[in-house]
Amino acid sequence: MTVAAATALRANPDRNFRYWLLTPAIFLLLLVGLFPLFYSLIVSFMRIDMMDTDTSFAGLYNYANLFSDKRLWAALGHTLLITVIALPIELVLGLAMAYLFLEKMPGRQIFISLLILPTIISPIVAGATWRLLFDNRYGPINQVLGWFAGHPVTALWTINPQLVYPAIIFCEIWQWTPFMFLILLAALSNVDRSQTEAAAIDGAGFLRTFRRIVLPAIWPVMAIAILIRGLDLARIFDIIWALTAGGPGTMTETISVYTYSQGFKQFETSYTAAIAFLVIVILTVVVVWAIRRMGLAK
Amino acid sequence: MKNLPFHRRKDVRLALRYLVACLLVVIFVFPVYWLFIISFKTPDEIFAFPPVWYPKSIQFSNYFVLFKDGDAKTVLNSLILATVSTFFAMILGTIAAYSLVRFKTGGENLAVWIISQRMMPPVAIVFPVFLLYVYFGWVDTFFGLILLYTAFNLPYVIWMMRGYIEDIPLELEESALVDGCSRWAVLWKVVMPMARSGLFATAVFTFVFAWNEFLFALVLTRTEVATYTVQVTHYFGGQSNFWAKIAAMSVLGTIPVFIAVATMQRYLVRGISMGAVKG
Repeated sequence: MTVAAATALRANPDRNFRYWLLTPAIFLLLLVGLFPLFYSLIVSFMRIDMMDTDTSFAGLYNYANLFSDKRLWAALGHTLLITVIALPIELVLGLAMAYLFLEKMPGRQIFISLLILPTIISPIVAGATWRLLFDNRYGPINQVLGWFAGHPVTALWTINPQLVYPAIIFCEIWQWTPFMFLILLAALSNVDRSQTEAAAIDGAGFLRTFRRIVLPAIWPVMAIAILIRGLDLARIFDIIWALTAGGPGTMTETISVYTYSQGFKQFETSYTAAIAFLVIVILTVVVVWAIRRMGLAK
Repeated sequence: MKNLPFHRRKDVRLALRYLVACLLVVIFVFPVYWLFIISFKTPDEIFAFPPVWYPKSIQFSNYFVLFKDGDAKTVLNSLILATVSTFFAMILGTIAAYSLVRFKTGGENLAVWIISQRMMPPVAIVFPVFLLYVYFGWVDTFFGLILLYTAFNLPYVIWMMRGYIEDIPLELEESALVDGCSRWAVLWKVVMPMARSGLFATAVFTFVFAWNEFLFALVLTRTEVATYTVQVTHYFGGQSNFWAKIAAMSVLGTIPVFIAVATMQRYLVRGISMGAVKG
Protein backbone atom coordinates (compact mmCIF):
# COMPACT_ATOMS: atom_id res chain seq x y z
CA MET A 1 0.00 0.00 0.00
CA THR A 2 2.74 2.43 0.97
CA VAL A 3 4.27 2.55 -2.50
CA ALA A 4 0.95 3.35 -4.11
CA ALA A 5 0.10 5.87 -1.40
CA ALA A 6 3.45 7.55 -1.73
CA THR A 7 2.96 7.77 -5.47
CA ALA A 8 -0.48 9.26 -4.90
CA LEU A 9 1.00 11.82 -2.54
CA ARG A 10 3.69 12.67 -5.01
CA ALA A 11 1.27 12.98 -7.89
CA ASN A 12 -0.64 15.72 -6.05
CA PRO A 13 -1.28 18.83 -8.19
CA ASP A 14 1.05 21.05 -6.13
CA ARG A 15 4.03 19.94 -8.12
CA ASN A 16 6.40 22.60 -6.97
CA PHE A 17 5.45 22.20 -3.33
CA ARG A 18 8.37 19.96 -2.54
CA TYR A 19 10.82 22.45 -4.00
CA TRP A 20 9.29 25.37 -2.13
CA LEU A 21 9.87 23.44 1.08
CA LEU A 22 13.55 23.01 0.35
CA THR A 23 14.35 26.39 -1.18
CA PRO A 24 15.02 28.46 1.97
CA ALA A 25 17.19 25.79 3.54
CA ILE A 26 19.22 25.20 0.41
CA PHE A 27 19.63 28.92 -0.17
CA LEU A 28 21.02 29.42 3.33
CA LEU A 29 23.34 26.44 3.03
CA LEU A 30 24.66 27.73 -0.27
CA LEU A 31 25.16 31.20 1.14
CA VAL A 32 27.13 30.28 4.27
CA GLY A 33 28.31 26.81 3.26
CA LEU A 34 29.15 26.54 -0.38
CA PHE A 35 29.84 30.16 -1.23
CA PRO A 36 32.62 30.56 1.36
CA LEU A 37 34.12 27.34 0.13
CA PHE A 38 34.29 28.47 -3.49
CA TYR A 39 35.49 31.88 -2.44
CA SER A 40 38.26 30.32 -0.38
CA LEU A 41 39.26 28.08 -3.23
CA ILE A 42 39.65 31.04 -5.59
CA VAL A 43 41.44 33.20 -3.06
CA SER A 44 43.83 30.39 -2.19
CA PHE A 45 45.27 30.66 -5.70
CA MET A 46 45.94 34.38 -5.33
CA ARG A 47 48.41 36.30 -3.19
CA ILE A 48 46.29 38.46 -0.92
CA ASP A 49 47.70 39.49 2.44
CA MET A 50 47.74 42.59 4.61
CA MET A 51 50.23 44.45 2.38
CA ASP A 52 49.33 43.13 -1.00
CA THR A 53 46.05 42.65 -2.84
CA ASP A 54 47.48 40.88 -5.83
CA THR A 55 44.51 39.09 -7.33
CA SER A 56 46.37 37.59 -10.26
CA PHE A 57 46.63 33.83 -10.48
CA ALA A 58 49.50 32.66 -8.32
CA GLY A 59 49.20 28.97 -9.01
CA LEU A 60 50.11 26.68 -6.19
CA TYR A 61 52.24 29.27 -4.41
CA ASN A 62 50.27 29.11 -1.15
CA TYR A 63 49.91 25.37 -1.25
CA ALA A 64 53.65 24.95 -1.78
CA ASN A 65 54.26 27.08 1.28
CA LEU A 66 52.18 24.75 3.40
CA PHE A 67 54.86 22.09 3.24
CA SER A 68 57.60 24.24 4.72
CA ASP A 69 55.37 25.77 7.40
CA LYS A 70 56.68 24.23 10.61
CA ARG A 71 54.08 25.95 12.77
CA LEU A 72 51.29 24.45 10.66
CA TRP A 73 52.56 20.89 11.01
CA ALA A 74 53.19 21.43 14.70
CA ALA A 75 49.59 22.63 15.06
CA LEU A 76 48.33 19.54 13.23
CA GLY A 77 50.48 17.44 15.56
CA HIS A 78 49.06 19.14 18.67
CA THR A 79 45.52 18.57 17.43
CA LEU A 80 46.28 14.91 16.76
CA LEU A 81 47.91 14.50 20.17
CA ILE A 82 44.91 15.89 22.02
CA THR A 83 42.52 13.79 19.93
CA VAL A 84 44.27 10.44 20.29
CA ILE A 85 44.62 10.83 24.05
CA ALA A 86 41.27 12.41 24.95
CA LEU A 87 39.01 10.37 22.68
CA PRO A 88 39.82 6.85 24.01
CA ILE A 89 39.70 8.07 27.61
CA GLU A 90 36.30 9.69 27.08
CA LEU A 91 35.05 6.54 25.40
CA VAL A 92 36.24 4.09 28.07
CA LEU A 93 35.24 6.33 30.97
CA GLY A 94 31.86 7.05 29.39
CA LEU A 95 31.27 3.34 28.87
CA ALA A 96 32.22 2.50 32.45
CA MET A 97 29.86 5.19 33.72
CA ALA A 98 27.09 3.90 31.47
CA TYR A 99 27.54 0.43 32.97
CA LEU A 100 27.44 1.89 36.46
CA PHE A 101 24.03 3.44 35.85
CA LEU A 102 22.63 0.74 33.58
CA GLU A 103 20.71 -1.06 36.31
CA LYS A 104 17.95 0.79 38.12
CA MET A 105 18.85 2.37 41.43
CA PRO A 106 16.99 4.92 43.54
CA GLY A 107 18.01 8.45 42.59
CA ARG A 108 19.48 7.32 39.28
CA GLN A 109 17.87 10.14 37.31
CA ILE A 110 19.24 12.77 39.68
CA PHE A 111 22.76 11.40 39.34
CA ILE A 112 22.46 11.43 35.56
CA SER A 113 21.15 15.01 35.52
CA LEU A 114 24.05 16.19 37.65
CA LEU A 115 26.64 14.30 35.64
CA ILE A 116 25.65 15.86 32.32
CA LEU A 117 26.07 19.44 33.60
CA PRO A 118 29.59 19.84 32.14
CA THR A 119 28.40 18.97 28.65
CA ILE A 120 25.75 21.65 28.43
CA ILE A 121 27.86 24.57 29.55
CA SER A 122 29.75 26.50 26.90
CA PRO A 123 33.29 25.27 26.15
CA ILE A 124 34.42 28.85 26.70
CA VAL A 125 32.93 28.81 30.19
CA ALA A 126 34.42 25.36 30.80
CA GLY A 127 37.85 26.65 29.82
CA ALA A 128 37.41 29.75 31.98
CA THR A 129 36.33 27.62 34.93
CA TRP A 130 39.34 25.36 34.69
CA ARG A 131 41.57 28.37 34.33
CA LEU A 132 40.35 29.46 37.76
CA LEU A 133 40.66 25.92 39.15
CA PHE A 134 44.20 25.50 37.83
CA ASP A 135 45.48 28.80 39.19
CA ASN A 136 48.80 28.17 40.88
CA ARG A 137 48.01 30.15 44.02
CA TYR A 138 44.25 30.74 44.34
CA GLY A 139 43.01 27.57 42.66
CA PRO A 140 41.83 24.53 44.63
CA ILE A 141 43.69 21.96 42.53
CA ASN A 142 47.15 22.84 43.77
CA GLN A 143 45.67 23.14 47.25
CA VAL A 144 44.31 19.59 47.19
CA LEU A 145 47.50 18.25 45.64
CA GLY A 146 49.32 19.99 48.50
CA TRP A 147 47.31 18.02 51.06
CA PHE A 148 48.42 14.77 49.50
CA ALA A 149 51.99 15.88 48.91
CA GLY A 150 52.33 17.20 52.45
CA HIS A 151 53.85 20.46 51.22
CA PRO A 152 52.49 23.41 49.21
CA VAL A 153 52.24 22.71 45.49
CA THR A 154 52.64 25.64 43.09
CA ALA A 155 52.34 23.94 39.70
CA LEU A 156 51.81 26.40 36.82
CA TRP A 157 49.27 24.27 35.00
CA THR A 158 48.56 26.52 32.05
CA ILE A 159 52.11 27.80 31.62
CA ASN A 160 54.48 24.94 32.38
CA PRO A 161 55.21 23.04 29.12
CA GLN A 162 55.03 19.70 30.90
CA LEU A 163 51.66 20.37 32.51
CA VAL A 164 49.80 22.30 29.88
CA TYR A 165 48.69 19.29 27.84
CA PRO A 166 47.47 17.33 30.85
CA ALA A 167 45.53 20.45 31.85
CA ILE A 168 43.85 20.82 28.45
CA ILE A 169 43.09 17.13 28.14
CA PHE A 170 41.72 16.98 31.66
CA CYS A 171 39.35 19.85 30.94
CA GLU A 172 38.32 18.30 27.64
CA ILE A 173 37.64 14.92 29.27
CA TRP A 174 35.72 16.55 32.08
CA GLN A 175 33.46 18.34 29.66
CA TRP A 176 32.78 15.59 27.12
CA THR A 177 32.87 12.28 28.97
CA PRO A 178 29.27 12.90 30.12
CA PHE A 179 28.26 13.20 26.46
CA MET A 180 29.75 9.76 25.72
CA PHE A 181 28.16 8.47 28.90
CA LEU A 182 24.67 9.60 27.93
CA ILE A 183 24.84 8.20 24.40
CA LEU A 184 26.33 4.88 25.52
CA LEU A 185 23.81 4.60 28.35
CA ALA A 186 21.01 4.90 25.81
CA ALA A 187 22.71 2.32 23.59
CA LEU A 188 23.32 -0.13 26.44
CA SER A 189 19.72 0.17 27.61
CA ASN A 190 18.61 -1.08 24.20
CA VAL A 191 20.74 -4.24 24.30
CA ASP A 192 18.62 -7.35 24.54
CA ARG A 193 18.85 -8.50 28.16
CA SER A 194 17.92 -12.11 27.47
CA GLN A 195 21.03 -12.56 25.31
CA THR A 196 23.50 -11.25 27.89
CA GLU A 197 21.80 -13.29 30.61
CA ALA A 198 21.96 -16.41 28.50
CA ALA A 199 25.66 -15.81 27.95
CA ALA A 200 26.18 -15.39 31.67
CA ILE A 201 24.41 -18.70 32.35
CA ASP A 202 26.66 -20.35 29.78
CA GLY A 203 29.55 -19.21 31.91
CA ALA A 204 30.88 -16.45 29.63
CA GLY A 205 32.79 -13.81 31.59
CA PHE A 206 32.08 -10.09 31.44
CA LEU A 207 34.68 -9.33 28.77
CA ARG A 208 33.62 -12.21 26.58
CA THR A 209 29.95 -11.24 26.81
CA PHE A 210 30.87 -7.65 26.06
CA ARG A 211 32.91 -8.51 22.97
CA ARG A 212 30.55 -11.10 21.53
CA ILE A 213 27.13 -9.68 22.34
CA VAL A 214 27.14 -6.15 23.73
CA LEU A 215 29.72 -4.52 21.47
CA PRO A 216 28.12 -5.63 18.18
CA ALA A 217 24.76 -4.40 19.48
CA ILE A 218 25.93 -0.96 20.55
CA TRP A 219 28.53 -0.49 17.80
CA PRO A 220 26.41 1.57 15.36
CA VAL A 221 25.67 4.10 18.11
CA MET A 222 29.17 3.96 19.55
CA ALA A 223 30.74 4.51 16.12
CA ILE A 224 28.62 7.62 15.57
CA ALA A 225 29.61 8.92 19.00
CA ILE A 226 33.29 8.36 18.21
CA LEU A 227 32.86 10.11 14.88
CA ILE A 228 31.10 13.13 16.40
CA ARG A 229 33.63 13.52 19.19
CA GLY A 230 36.55 12.88 16.86
CA LEU A 231 35.39 15.63 14.52
CA ASP A 232 34.85 18.02 17.44
CA LEU A 233 38.32 17.28 18.78
CA ALA A 234 39.88 17.76 15.36
CA ARG A 235 38.56 21.33 15.26
CA ILE A 236 39.05 22.09 18.96
CA PHE A 237 39.21 25.85 19.49
CA ASP A 238 37.15 27.23 22.37
CA ILE A 239 38.70 25.32 25.28
CA ILE A 240 42.23 26.06 24.08
CA TRP A 241 41.33 29.71 23.57
CA ALA A 242 39.97 30.05 27.09
CA LEU A 243 42.60 27.95 28.84
CA THR A 244 45.93 28.70 27.18
CA ALA A 245 45.21 30.74 24.03
CA GLY A 246 47.66 28.38 22.31
CA GLY A 247 50.45 29.15 24.73
CA PRO A 248 52.99 28.97 26.17
CA GLY A 249 54.34 30.42 22.92
CA THR A 250 52.69 28.25 20.31
CA MET A 251 53.02 25.04 22.27
CA THR A 252 49.33 24.20 22.42
CA GLU A 253 48.27 25.85 19.20
CA THR A 254 45.79 23.56 17.43
CA ILE A 255 44.98 23.74 13.76
CA SER A 256 41.88 25.85 14.37
CA VAL A 257 43.75 28.29 16.60
CA TYR A 258 46.55 28.55 14.04
CA THR A 259 44.15 29.11 11.14
CA TYR A 260 42.39 31.79 13.15
CA SER A 261 45.61 33.61 13.96
CA GLN A 262 46.78 33.49 10.32
CA GLY A 263 43.47 34.91 9.14
CA PHE A 264 42.63 37.45 11.79
CA LYS A 265 45.95 38.42 13.31
CA GLN A 266 48.38 38.14 10.37
CA PHE A 267 45.72 38.84 7.71
CA GLU A 268 47.30 36.28 5.40
CA THR A 269 44.07 35.98 3.45
CA SER A 270 45.23 33.70 0.65
CA TYR A 271 47.42 31.57 2.83
CA THR A 272 44.61 31.10 5.37
CA ALA A 273 42.35 29.91 2.56
CA ALA A 274 44.99 27.36 1.55
CA ILE A 275 45.27 26.11 5.16
CA ALA A 276 41.49 25.86 5.37
CA PHE A 277 41.49 23.68 2.27
CA LEU A 278 44.21 21.47 3.60
CA VAL A 279 42.16 20.98 6.78
CA ILE A 280 39.00 20.20 4.82
CA VAL A 281 40.84 17.67 2.65
CA ILE A 282 42.45 15.96 5.65
CA LEU A 283 39.17 15.81 7.57
CA THR A 284 37.24 14.52 4.57
CA VAL A 285 39.77 11.76 3.94
CA VAL A 286 39.81 10.75 7.61
CA VAL A 287 36.02 10.81 7.91
CA VAL A 288 35.46 8.78 4.74
CA TRP A 289 38.08 6.30 5.89
CA ALA A 290 36.55 6.12 9.36
CA ILE A 291 33.03 5.63 8.04
CA ARG A 292 34.20 2.74 5.83
CA ARG A 293 36.38 1.27 8.54
CA MET A 294 33.68 1.41 11.19
CA GLY A 295 31.18 -0.19 8.84
CA LEU A 296 28.84 2.78 8.88
CA ALA A 297 28.53 3.11 5.11
CA LYS A 298 25.37 1.51 3.81
CA MET B 1 32.43 -10.89 48.45
CA LYS B 2 32.03 -14.43 47.10
CA ASN B 3 31.49 -15.81 50.61
CA LEU B 4 28.50 -13.61 51.31
CA PRO B 5 24.99 -14.95 50.76
CA PHE B 6 23.44 -13.80 47.51
CA HIS B 7 21.11 -11.12 48.84
CA ARG B 8 23.92 -9.57 50.91
CA ARG B 9 26.19 -9.51 47.88
CA LYS B 10 23.53 -7.47 46.11
CA ASP B 11 23.49 -4.94 48.95
CA VAL B 12 27.25 -4.57 48.85
CA ARG B 13 27.13 -4.07 45.11
CA LEU B 14 24.50 -1.37 45.42
CA ALA B 15 26.46 0.38 48.16
CA LEU B 16 29.57 0.31 45.98
CA ARG B 17 27.64 1.70 43.03
CA TYR B 18 26.40 4.58 45.18
CA LEU B 19 29.89 5.26 46.42
CA VAL B 20 31.31 5.47 42.90
CA ALA B 21 28.31 7.49 41.71
CA CYS B 22 28.79 10.05 44.48
CA LEU B 23 32.50 10.25 43.73
CA LEU B 24 31.75 10.90 40.06
CA VAL B 25 29.23 13.59 40.93
CA VAL B 26 31.83 15.31 43.11
CA ILE B 27 34.38 15.25 40.29
CA PHE B 28 32.02 16.41 37.57
CA VAL B 29 30.04 18.97 39.55
CA PHE B 30 32.79 20.49 41.67
CA PRO B 31 34.13 22.77 38.89
CA VAL B 32 30.63 24.14 38.32
CA TYR B 33 30.26 24.66 42.06
CA TRP B 34 33.60 26.49 42.18
CA LEU B 35 32.55 28.79 39.35
CA PHE B 36 29.31 29.63 41.14
CA ILE B 37 30.87 30.37 44.51
CA ILE B 38 33.59 32.57 43.05
CA SER B 39 30.83 34.71 41.60
CA PHE B 40 29.46 35.20 45.14
CA LYS B 41 32.80 35.85 46.81
CA THR B 42 34.22 39.21 47.80
CA PRO B 43 37.60 40.12 46.28
CA ASP B 44 39.25 39.27 49.60
CA GLU B 45 37.74 35.80 49.53
CA ILE B 46 38.67 35.21 45.89
CA PHE B 47 42.28 36.08 46.62
CA ALA B 48 42.55 34.35 49.95
CA PHE B 49 45.42 31.97 50.38
CA PRO B 50 44.85 29.12 50.91
CA PRO B 51 41.63 29.24 48.81
CA VAL B 52 38.33 29.24 50.72
CA TRP B 53 35.80 26.63 49.65
CA TYR B 54 32.64 28.51 50.49
CA PRO B 55 31.93 32.22 50.89
CA LYS B 56 31.02 33.60 54.33
CA SER B 57 27.92 35.21 52.91
CA ILE B 58 26.25 35.23 49.52
CA GLN B 59 26.68 38.68 48.04
CA PHE B 60 25.69 39.84 44.59
CA SER B 61 27.97 42.82 44.02
CA ASN B 62 29.87 40.97 41.27
CA TYR B 63 26.60 40.77 39.38
CA PHE B 64 25.59 44.35 40.10
CA VAL B 65 28.79 45.50 38.46
CA LEU B 66 27.94 43.58 35.29
CA PHE B 67 24.49 45.14 35.13
CA LYS B 68 25.78 48.61 35.94
CA ASP B 69 28.47 48.48 33.22
CA GLY B 70 25.98 47.06 30.73
CA ASP B 71 28.04 43.87 30.26
CA ALA B 72 24.99 41.81 31.23
CA LYS B 73 23.36 42.94 28.00
CA THR B 74 25.50 40.34 26.21
CA VAL B 75 23.41 37.62 27.85
CA LEU B 76 20.31 39.22 26.37
CA ASN B 77 22.06 39.26 22.98
CA SER B 78 22.82 35.55 23.31
CA LEU B 79 19.22 34.93 24.25
CA ILE B 80 17.87 36.79 21.23
CA LEU B 81 20.32 35.14 18.81
CA ALA B 82 19.81 31.64 20.15
CA THR B 83 16.03 31.88 20.39
CA VAL B 84 15.34 33.47 17.02
CA SER B 85 17.87 31.35 15.13
CA THR B 86 16.50 28.18 16.76
CA PHE B 87 13.00 29.20 15.71
CA PHE B 88 13.98 29.71 12.08
CA ALA B 89 16.24 26.68 11.92
CA MET B 90 13.44 24.50 13.26
CA ILE B 91 10.87 25.74 10.75
CA LEU B 92 13.10 25.80 7.69
CA GLY B 93 14.82 22.56 8.67
CA THR B 94 11.59 20.69 9.35
CA ILE B 95 9.91 21.61 6.08
CA ALA B 96 13.11 20.74 4.21
CA ALA B 97 13.27 17.40 6.02
CA TYR B 98 9.63 16.80 5.12
CA SER B 99 10.41 17.34 1.47
CA LEU B 100 13.39 14.98 1.67
CA VAL B 101 11.37 12.25 3.36
CA ARG B 102 7.99 12.43 1.63
CA PHE B 103 8.99 13.35 -1.86
CA LYS B 104 12.52 11.93 -1.83
CA THR B 105 13.61 15.28 -3.29
CA GLY B 106 17.20 15.08 -4.45
CA GLY B 107 17.48 11.47 -3.33
CA GLU B 108 20.08 10.21 -0.90
CA ASN B 109 22.76 12.45 -2.42
CA LEU B 110 21.13 15.69 -1.33
CA ALA B 111 20.65 14.37 2.20
CA VAL B 112 24.31 13.36 2.42
CA TRP B 113 25.44 16.71 1.03
CA ILE B 114 23.37 18.48 3.69
CA ILE B 115 24.83 16.49 6.58
CA SER B 116 28.34 16.89 5.18
CA GLN B 117 27.88 20.64 5.66
CA ARG B 118 27.86 19.97 9.36
CA MET B 119 31.31 18.37 9.25
CA MET B 120 32.87 21.52 7.86
CA PRO B 121 35.31 22.99 10.36
CA PRO B 122 33.91 26.45 11.27
CA VAL B 123 37.36 27.97 11.17
CA ALA B 124 37.59 27.07 7.47
CA ILE B 125 34.50 29.05 6.52
CA VAL B 126 34.57 31.87 9.05
CA PHE B 127 37.06 33.96 7.10
CA PRO B 128 35.19 34.12 3.77
CA VAL B 129 31.94 34.59 5.70
CA PHE B 130 33.57 37.53 7.46
CA LEU B 131 34.54 39.11 4.12
CA LEU B 132 31.02 38.53 2.80
CA TYR B 133 29.55 40.16 5.89
CA VAL B 134 31.85 43.15 5.65
CA TYR B 135 30.74 43.59 2.04
CA PHE B 136 27.03 43.50 2.94
CA GLY B 137 27.44 45.45 6.19
CA TRP B 138 26.14 42.55 8.28
CA VAL B 139 28.98 42.46 10.80
CA ASP B 140 27.76 43.10 14.35
CA THR B 141 24.08 42.96 13.40
CA PHE B 142 21.42 40.64 14.78
CA PHE B 143 20.36 39.84 11.24
CA GLY B 144 23.83 38.63 10.26
CA LEU B 145 24.35 36.41 13.28
CA ILE B 146 20.84 34.98 13.20
CA LEU B 147 21.27 34.16 9.52
CA LEU B 148 24.55 32.40 10.24
CA TYR B 149 23.34 30.45 13.26
CA THR B 150 20.19 29.42 11.44
CA ALA B 151 22.19 28.16 8.49
CA PHE B 152 24.77 26.49 10.70
CA ASN B 153 22.14 24.53 12.62
CA LEU B 154 20.08 23.57 9.56
CA PRO B 155 21.97 20.36 8.70
CA TYR B 156 21.50 19.09 12.23
CA VAL B 157 17.79 19.94 12.29
CA ILE B 158 17.19 18.40 8.85
CA TRP B 159 19.08 15.26 9.78
CA MET B 160 17.23 14.80 13.07
CA MET B 161 13.77 15.71 11.80
CA ARG B 162 14.17 13.32 8.89
CA GLY B 163 14.20 10.48 11.37
CA TYR B 164 11.16 11.71 13.25
CA ILE B 165 9.12 12.43 10.13
CA GLU B 166 9.84 8.97 8.73
CA ASP B 167 8.02 7.57 11.76
CA ILE B 168 4.79 9.47 11.05
CA PRO B 169 2.24 7.18 9.39
CA LEU B 170 1.43 8.21 5.85
CA GLU B 171 -2.27 7.33 6.27
CA LEU B 172 -2.83 10.33 8.54
CA GLU B 173 -1.57 12.72 5.90
CA GLU B 174 -3.56 11.00 3.19
CA SER B 175 -6.84 11.22 5.05
CA ALA B 176 -6.22 14.91 5.72
CA LEU B 177 -5.57 15.43 2.00
CA VAL B 178 -8.72 13.53 1.13
CA ASP B 179 -10.61 15.74 3.58
CA GLY B 180 -9.60 18.67 1.43
CA CYS B 181 -6.68 20.06 3.40
CA SER B 182 -4.07 21.87 1.37
CA ARG B 183 -0.50 20.66 1.38
CA TRP B 184 0.54 23.42 3.79
CA ALA B 185 -2.36 22.65 6.08
CA VAL B 186 -1.31 19.00 6.23
CA LEU B 187 2.18 20.08 7.15
CA TRP B 188 1.07 22.43 9.92
CA LYS B 189 -1.89 20.50 11.28
CA VAL B 190 -0.77 16.90 10.90
CA VAL B 191 2.99 16.62 10.54
CA MET B 192 4.13 19.29 13.00
CA PRO B 193 1.93 18.12 15.90
CA MET B 194 2.87 14.48 15.25
CA ALA B 195 6.57 15.31 15.32
CA ARG B 196 6.25 17.41 18.45
CA SER B 197 8.55 15.50 20.77
CA GLY B 198 11.14 15.34 17.99
CA LEU B 199 10.79 19.08 17.45
CA PHE B 200 11.39 19.78 21.12
CA ALA B 201 14.35 17.42 21.43
CA THR B 202 15.98 18.92 18.35
CA ALA B 203 15.20 22.48 19.40
CA VAL B 204 16.93 22.06 22.77
CA PHE B 205 20.15 21.02 21.08
CA THR B 206 19.90 23.70 18.43
CA PHE B 207 19.38 26.28 21.17
CA VAL B 208 22.35 25.02 23.18
CA PHE B 209 24.62 24.98 20.10
CA ALA B 210 23.72 28.58 19.26
CA TRP B 211 23.88 29.66 22.89
CA ASN B 212 27.36 28.25 23.46
CA GLU B 213 28.82 29.22 20.09
CA PHE B 214 32.01 31.23 20.25
CA LEU B 215 34.11 31.40 17.07
CA PHE B 216 31.54 33.04 14.77
CA ALA B 217 30.51 35.42 17.52
CA LEU B 218 34.14 36.34 18.12
CA VAL B 219 34.73 37.18 14.48
CA LEU B 220 31.37 38.65 13.48
CA THR B 221 30.41 40.77 16.48
CA ARG B 222 31.90 43.94 17.89
CA THR B 223 29.79 45.65 20.55
CA GLU B 224 26.14 45.71 19.49
CA VAL B 225 25.44 41.98 19.39
CA ALA B 226 28.46 40.62 21.30
CA THR B 227 27.44 37.38 23.00
CA TYR B 228 28.18 36.39 26.56
CA THR B 229 30.86 33.88 25.44
CA VAL B 230 32.75 36.70 23.74
CA GLN B 231 32.26 38.91 26.77
CA VAL B 232 33.77 36.28 29.10
CA THR B 233 36.94 36.18 27.03
CA HIS B 234 37.22 39.97 27.18
CA TYR B 235 38.06 39.64 30.86
CA PHE B 236 40.93 37.24 30.26
CA GLY B 237 43.55 39.82 29.37
CA GLY B 238 43.25 41.74 32.60
CA GLN B 239 45.04 39.28 34.87
CA SER B 240 43.43 38.02 38.04
CA ASN B 241 41.58 41.25 38.89
CA PHE B 242 38.75 40.15 36.65
CA TRP B 243 38.07 36.78 38.23
CA ALA B 244 34.86 37.97 39.81
CA LYS B 245 33.63 39.19 36.43
CA ILE B 246 34.67 36.01 34.63
CA ALA B 247 32.77 33.93 37.15
CA ALA B 248 29.66 36.12 37.37
CA MET B 249 29.41 36.49 33.59
CA SER B 250 29.85 32.74 33.11
CA VAL B 251 27.14 32.00 35.65
CA LEU B 252 24.75 34.47 34.00
CA GLY B 253 25.39 32.75 30.70
CA THR B 254 25.08 29.27 32.13
CA ILE B 255 21.83 29.60 34.06
CA PRO B 256 19.61 29.95 30.95
CA VAL B 257 20.94 26.70 29.42
CA PHE B 258 20.54 24.93 32.74
CA ILE B 259 16.91 26.05 32.81
CA ALA B 260 16.33 25.15 29.16
CA VAL B 261 17.84 21.71 29.62
CA ALA B 262 16.12 21.05 32.95
CA THR B 263 12.67 21.85 31.60
CA MET B 264 13.29 19.87 28.44
CA GLN B 265 15.16 17.00 30.00
CA ARG B 266 12.90 14.15 29.01
CA TYR B 267 13.10 15.29 25.39
CA LEU B 268 16.82 15.83 25.66
CA VAL B 269 17.73 12.30 26.66
CA ARG B 270 15.50 10.90 23.95
CA GLY B 271 17.01 13.35 21.49
CA ILE B 272 20.56 12.26 22.21
CA SER B 273 19.79 8.59 21.86
CA MET B 274 17.55 9.07 18.84
CA GLY B 275 20.10 11.22 17.10
CA ALA B 276 22.77 8.61 17.58
CA VAL B 277 20.58 5.70 16.63
CA LYS B 278 19.11 7.32 13.55
CA GLY B 279 22.24 9.32 12.69
